[in-house]
Amino acid sequence: MFTALEKIVFCTVQYWGLRKPKKDFIMEDRKLVETIEKYLTGAMSAQEVELFETLRKNTPEIDQMVVEHSMFLQHMDIYADRRNFTYLTEKTFERLLAAGEWADENTSTKTRVIQLWNKYKKVAAIAASVGGFIALTTSALMMYFSPSLNGNQLLQLSKAIEVIKKNQQVQGHLLNEVKSKVPENAKLISGGSGFLVNTKGYIITNAHVLKGNGAIVINHVGQELQATIIYADKALDLALLKIEDKDFIEPSSIPFSIRKKMSDLGEEIFTLGYPRNDNDIVYGKGYLSAQTGYEGDSSSFQIQISANPGYSGAPIFNDKGELIGIISTRQKLAEGVAFAIKSNKIIDLIENAKENDDKGEIKLKISKGEQHHAANRKDQISNLKNYIYSVRSYN
Amino acid sequence: MKAELNEQALLKGLANNDSKVVETLYKSHFNMIQHFVINNNGSFDDARDVFQEGMIALYEKVQSESFVLTCQIKTYLFSICKHVWLKRLHQMGKYSSPLSVQEDSISVEEDLMDLEKKDAAFAIMDRALNSLGEPCKSLLEGYYINKKGMQELAADFGYTNADNAKNQKYKCLLRLKKLFFAQYNIGD
Repeated sequence: MFTALEKIVFCTVQYWGLRKPKKDFIMEDRKLVETIEKYLTGAMSAQEVELFETLRKNTPEIDQMVVEHSMFLQHMDIYADRRNFTYLTEKTFERLLAAGEWADENTSTKTRVIQLWNKYKKVAAIAASVGGFIALTTSALMMYFSPSLNGNQLLQLSKAIEVIKKNQQVQGHLLNEVKSKVPENAKLISGGSGFLVNTKGYIITNAHVLKGNGAIVINHVGQELQATIIYADKALDLALLKIEDKDFIEPSSIPFSIRKKMSDLGEEIFTLGYPRNDNDIVYGKGYLSAQTGYEGDSSSFQIQISANPGYSGAPIFNDKGELIGIISTRQKLAEGVAFAIKSNKIIDLIENAKENDDKGEIKLKISKGEQHHAANRKDQISNLKNYIYSVRSYN
Repeated sequence: MKAELNEQALLKGLANNDSKVVETLYKSHFNMIQHFVINNNGSFDDARDVFQEGMIALYEKVQSESFVLTCQIKTYLFSICKHVWLKRLHQMGKYSSPLSVQEDSISVEEDLMDLEKKDAAFAIMDRALNSLGEPCKSLLEGYYINKKGMQELAADFGYTNADNAKNQKYKCLLRLKKLFFAQYNIGD
């Protein structure tokens, strides 16, 4: 009478007892799940139930499968019910809306906006065209003056020479008593930002920030420090510097850790860098807008932030203060769209640097970040800024 | 007394997916929620979403056997919707002025927590199902959601016999369960 079930019981006993070729297992597993489903949905006769429950009692594996599958089916039922009900409410709503049951209370505002629009159309058109003209001129000027990179679509965010040089003169003039650590007759070529990854003075910046042979770094209070270019990786566009200056005071720890996993879309981010000529540190805030960089580049990501030249090499932190990337380029014609190299590339950089270092001189370990749980952004910044440097390269 | 009986009848109808009842509830209460949401930084579409969430909460509540509604349907819907909307405002970072509330509301903390849990489980199942790909997705939906028999599904999908369809369904089911439990355990 219950031959089908007997067969299954037989099969399962075989399954748990003797090992049979794999092909047959699939069939038996399927039958077992079907039987469990039959049992759980109440599709078994009383005798079948009795027999099955005996089997369940004697075979813990099957018992566990029943419990697990019952849980799954419960979720499936709730899911199915909700889906069907959601469908019902949507249909009902649409039907009633079409029948004119409700007026959208917002429509009144919409009409008002339309009226306003009609009234000020002319003014708006003029304003828009003036705005458009200015925008076009600005971008034309920018295109004219910026160095070419990636078919003119991307702009590296390192600073131009003349500006720095001029600034250097002004600074030299103002601060006569402090002698610049840039060697005499040396020409400043490029500049950007960088940050410490290790308490011994190792700094990460972009490779394109270092166009010259030598480098100095300047901290946020304006103190210049001699640095050596240890390694520059053009492919990664990352470079490693080391502060080698007796005035350098080693910090006791690095207050941020390097995030190795990709961050989430829309995550709030912030940066600290030196885009200004007066060498004041500048704070910028934005969000992660795409998990890949320019044309789908997977080693970088896209951020929405107003990044100016000089931000190159600046660190990007997430809300928790973890380092998630390094600003490198921005899209030329789209204001606020910038690209950052993913923080895990720092590890690649250090690997590459060590491989290239025949003498084994690079003794760099990324200092274990001691995340400071600052109460607010202001405290976070005032702590972080001590680890972020302005980088200048000379020939 | 009559009104109370009427409410009981509505709830019973709701539990049975009666479309007339759903329509009645929309007709009687949506305006109240629309008014509330729009007066508190929201749009018509927001109101529509929030009210649907309220309806789902009520629907899932009447499904359980131990269900007792200690207040009017109107009050219950309003309380749920109010909290759901508050939460969304908060998530959007728009939470600002104190809400303008005229309606009575009751404490629905437990129900809201329950709703959130169910929302999460629903989302996991939905994601799992949608990442299966075809024909797995449709096959399992046909069997578990539309409650079709394997014979019928085999014909729908063009399998030569029910046994082949069952084999396919079994493989799909294994994948779905794996996906679901991988996330559900974490979420729990």
